[in-house]
Amino acid sequence: MDKKKPKRLRRIAAGRITKTVRNLFIAANTTLCDDVCDALRRALAQEASPIGREVLAKILQNADIARDNALPICQDTGLAVLFLEVGQDVRIVGGPLQDAIAEGVRQAYAEGFLRKSVCDPFTRANTKDNTPAVIHCDIVPGDHLRIIAMPKGGGSENMSQARMLTPAAGLDGVKQFVLETVEKAGANACPPIIVGVGIGGSLEEACLLAKKALLRPVGAKNEDDDRLAKMEEDLFRKINALGIGPAGLGGRMTTLGVSAVMKPCHIASLPVAVNIQCHVARHREETL
Amino acid sequence: MSPTTSADQDRFLRISTPLSAEVRARLRAGDMVLLSGDIYTARDAAHRRLHEALVRGLPLPIDLSAATLFYAAPSPTPVGKVIGSIGPTTSYRMDVFTPTLIEHGLRGMIGKGNRSPEVALAIKRYGAVYFGAIGGIAALTAQCVKHMEMVAYEDLGPEAIRKLTVADLPLVVINDAEGNDLYAQAQNDWRILTE
Repeated sequence: MDKKKPKRLRRIAAGRITKTVRNLFIAANTTLCDDVCDALRRALAQEASPIGREVLAKILQNADIARDNALPICQDTGLAVLFLEVGQDVRIVGGPLQDAIAEGVRQAYAEGFLRKSVCDPFTRANTKDNTPAVIHCDIVPGDHLRIIAMPKGGGSENMSQARMLTPAAGLDGVKQFVLETVEKAGANACPPIIVGVGIGGSLEEACLLAKKALLRPVGAKNEDDDRLAKMEEDLFRKINALGIGPAGLGGRMTTLGVSAVMKPCHIASLPVAVNIQCHVARHREETL
Repeated sequence: MSPTTSADQDRFLRISTPLSAEVRARLRAGDMVLLSGDIYTARDAAHRRLHEALVRGLPLPIDLSAATLFYAAPSPTPVGKVIGSIGPTTSYRMDVFTPTLIEHGLRGMIGKGNRSPEVALAIKRYGAVYFGAIGGIAALTAQCVKHMEMVAYEDLGPEAIRKLTVADLPLVVINDAEGNDLYAQAQNDWRILTE
């Protein structure tokens, strides 16, 4: 039998990962992505409420000031959430991957003048360097390392929810749960919000799907499943009929976009998670 | 929500801290104001400490009766700047402490989001006022801060109490002394019922 020569592993230095993570978190926190800015401009054009228009104009003006002065767009520069795609033909050299990421977060939050917002759950003592980060790793074919940095603010994360629905609740039950969650969030989550919906899998997978859904460009529909694309469109209309409006001060634009992702689930379950993202939707990525 | 033209100026009431009884009595939910003067940052951890001191009868590091609290923790100050970015955090987390603080003299609060019925009641009973600031425009809001100094609980890092001197900080009155609530009114006005 022929023995195939094993593919040589591609080596990626830990120091390069640190530098990349550092730069991504600073960039994400100071420069709002084009898709979010475009969605905000569309919202400004569509908003009927005068105060709502003023709020949207201020949000856009703030993004310009933050970018031009390298200042954080929001004072809440977030918990450092990372999504990694690690090619299975990659070998990290020069230190553990987790340490390389932690050091990148440390450097970003110190050198970028970003707020350190991580603490002990009970004593509330600040860890003072914004670590530990929240790291989600997927092992994928290939020899690349894709790093997505997503600083996530506390206000909108607090308004997020997961629920284990019964199978009988179906698609309507999911929509109802999303609407309830968004209405309850009100002004707290800094509308206009982006709504990530994760359906299926297990409890924790539904949550992860909901967060991953937030990585899709704002306003882009689900391309894999027509039922979800329709649900997104319907929820977008229904959420914007709630009247909450920009900053919760009343208006038409309560959401900039709804993104739903789905996976099969257990025959007993219908897990659903709603991850709410404020209008300062920050994510930046680089592939090494 | 800051005035850009002279016609715009008329829509804003200019007020200063400490907030007088007359001003507080006059403010109504929906009023847009430009606030100037000294205010203090205090959020979750600082509230816990202030509340604990009050319950135990210990002295406070700030005079509550003259204070307006801004539920905020700024990002670190870059070299050559007065302050980093700053904006409101969500207020409901302070609700468990707020009625006690109001009983002890607090009359002005700045944050975002709904308050509990207990806080709304204390606002009405004591003639206090709750202002909303816009979240997520923190680089812009920072331009209203002219001076910042550390006052108390420095170990809390971003959550420490800092005194800010602000000029024309744009705010909206959310809960007034008459018991009105702008968020509820505004949502009611803009909701589309047929959906």
